[in-house]
Amino acid sequence: MKKTVFLGAFTVAGLAAAAAAAGTMDDVKARGKLNCGVTTGLVGFAAPDANGEWKGFDVAVCRAVAAAVLGDASAVEFVPTTGKTRFTALASGEIDMLARNTTWTFSRDVDLKFEFTGVNYYDGQGFMVPKELGVSSAKELDGATVCIQTGTTTELNLADFFRSNNISYEPVPIETNAEAQQQYLAGACDVYTTDASGLAATRATFENPGDHVLLPEIISKEPLGPLVRHGDHEWGDVVRWTLNALISAEELGITSANIGEMSAGTNNPEINRVLGTEGTLGEMLGLDAEWSKRAIAVGGNYGEIFAQNIGEETPIGLARGLNAQWTEGGLLYSPPFR
Amino acid sequence: MSTLTDPPNAGFRLSMLFNDTRYRSLTFQVIAAIVLALCIWYLGNNLIQNLRAAGLNISYSFLGDPAGYDINQRLVEYDSQSSHARAALVGVLNTLLVAFLACITATVFGVVAGVLRLSNNWLVSKLMAVYVEIFRNIPVLIWIIIIFTIMTAVMPGPRAFRGDNATSSMVLDLFAFTNRGVYVPMPWFESGLFASAFMNWMVVLAGLVASWFVSGRVTNWANHKQEETGERPKTLLIKLAIWFVPFAVLMLIMGLSWEVPALKGFNFKGGIKIGGPLIALWFALSIYTGAFIAENVRAGIQAISKGQTEAAAALGLRQGRIMNLVVLPQALRVIIPPLISQYLNITKNSSLAIAVGYADITATLGGITLNQTGRAIECVLLLMLFYLTASLTISMVMNIYNSSVKLKER
Ligand SMILES: N[C@@H](CCC(=O)N[C@@H](CS)C(=O)NCC(=O)O)C(=O)O
Repeated sequence: MKKTVFLGAFTVAGLAAAAAAAGTMDDVKARGKLNCGVTTGLVGFAAPDANGEWKGFDVAVCRAVAAAVLGDASAVEFVPTTGKTRFTALASGEIDMLARNTTWTFSRDVDLKFEFTGVNYYDGQGFMVPKELGVSSAKELDGATVCIQTGTTTELNLADFFRSNNISYEPVPIETNAEAQQQYLAGACDVYTTDASGLAATRATFENPGDHVLLPEIISKEPLGPLVRHGDHEWGDVVRWTLNALISAEELGITSANIGEMSAGTNNPEINRVLGTEGTLGEMLGLDAEWSKRAIAVGGNYGEIFAQNIGEETPIGLARGLNAQWTEGGLLYSPPFR
Repeated sequence: MSTLTDPPNAGFRLSMLFNDTRYRSLTFQVIAAIVLALCIWYLGNNLIQNLRAAGLNISYSFLGDPAGYDINQRLVEYDSQSSHARAALVGVLNTLLVAFLACITATVFGVVAGVLRLSNNWLVSKLMAVYVEIFRNIPVLIWIIIIFTIMTAVMPGPRAFRGDNATSSMVLDLFAFTNRGVYVPMPWFESGLFASAFMNWMVVLAGLVASWFVSGRVTNWANHKQEETGERPKTLLIKLAIWFVPFAVLMLIMGLSWEVPALKGFNFKGGIKIGGPLIALWFALSIYTGAFIAENVRAGIQAISKGQTEAAAALGLRQGRIMNLVVLPQALRVIIPPLISQYLNITKNSSLAIAVGYADITATLGGITLNQTGRAIECVLLLMLFYLTASLTISMVMNIYNSSVKLKER
């Protein structure tokens, strides 16, 4: 008995112990490795490939930060987290940053005490159903059994959607995307709901993707982005501006092909500032001048990363849509490098 | 310095705390207690300081906020607008439900397997040995997942029941076995005495309790008669009547009818749904713990000396009666203490429910609520409190039972 209480208190205290540690950048540098929380496996966003190397759209953000801070894009320890474990992992200091299809919400930002450093994918929650059900709208789903990942915004949006439309459903709570996929394919649920991008990525791995349709309704706003612990603003700035560098690079036409040439100096001062040939932006961040050049060189600019991992040429086949640059009618808009 | 031997010094010296056996154990206990208290104080202090540094605090006010999520199995009224506390209650009831069901079936499995393992039939005893070894030696989480996976993969989905050339059909037109659960007809009362179904069932329960009471009286009367006259009156028919006549009359008055499940839309509607997760968890816990109980039962029976059996046989008792009247009552004394810990194991292992999406307390309070509110420490403390209370209560009840079957030494 005494032992249980003791161990319990120990765990609880351990949970909070690392929470306060500031100076994440120093920790990362001292460790020589970035601990980055990602999904347990969502092809296109974060999943190990055949060689066991992590690949994907969210993984690219981790690698860019590692390149900026440590000068080595492979100095990343990827920590798979589920919807449920991700916030504890970040709060406890087990990971330095989280890049896991995580929606920026008020309560996560304010109450859970995290800092979202931007948005790398503007998404919304959708529904996937087998074609043979003959469903064409989410409003026809009265009485359906729905697979959801627990610990997500999905869970809450779903309850709201069905309640406001006065229809009922049976939730099947599931921990990971892989399990959800298995349950959905076994017919244990009629519908799978999560972020539309996640649905597209999941469907792409099916044997017969054509047998499943995404319903037209998008029932929520899901701005997905990387986040860090509240309170360590230096570190938050590094992650924020690394992401902004990738986005700005696309806007300014810096690509993995021409970055070498451009970093010799151009007559566009903004490009020069991004690449560190002009100004002292890197120094202000506590990094060297070439931080963002290294970040961009890893997988190219935002557009290249998008096209390579989840774009229309890939099996996942996502269009840029909201995620186009503001100049192209999308929402991507990096604050200026100045 | 006049006498050779000093009288034993009545005074107390500090070194006696360590050297004198009268005090030594006390000293060490006090030291251990102080060290423990310091550790707890240190950890608690550390926790509070770090929480403060991170700008967090301990507060349970979130329990009153709307939970915002739905739960698929609920024994009490609940919807997404209910509070987190209510969601926790739903979880508590689900935990207790599966633990209760699993304790009963595990005991049945265990007793049957334990007794059969001692059977003289080679095949039967070896089969039981295989059962015990296989189930005892594979983690229960794996069993839960295996059973659930098999269920979802093998059983037909509700869709298979649809259409004119459906590939599956309901058993006897009453039961539907699907990969989402088993649907069985639900009894209800057309002309119940009360408006609420719950009260009507309470009436039925009261009737059954009354029957039980009267039937106990009949047994007493029969015992008396036997003692006086040496002849036991036949009570079987009387007892059957006591149990069934009032029950049947009650059912007739209240108009018992059955609601049969039917396929409507995506799922079966009506009847009682026993969800797939519940079945998988229940079955896995029972069959796994049953293997342990079987060993306890076997040990208990083997602990009774052979002389007892032989003496009973010499008195002319039949095999079955020897087991029931001589061996098992004595074996129970050996079986019950380890049985308590098996029941505790079931209750604690039921927290693996989340693996199959069963909404127990760990899945609601310790899962979704914890995650959506971020109140990890608060939720974990509550969880600890719940499991501690549940375990201590089970221990207490079982210990009371244990002392009632214990050898009474006079
Ligand atoms: N954006 C939502 C949902 C995030 C989520 O769980 N996404 C799923 C599918 S898009 C995922 O990444 N699953 C991967 C895994 O199971 O590890 C949130 O932040 O709560």
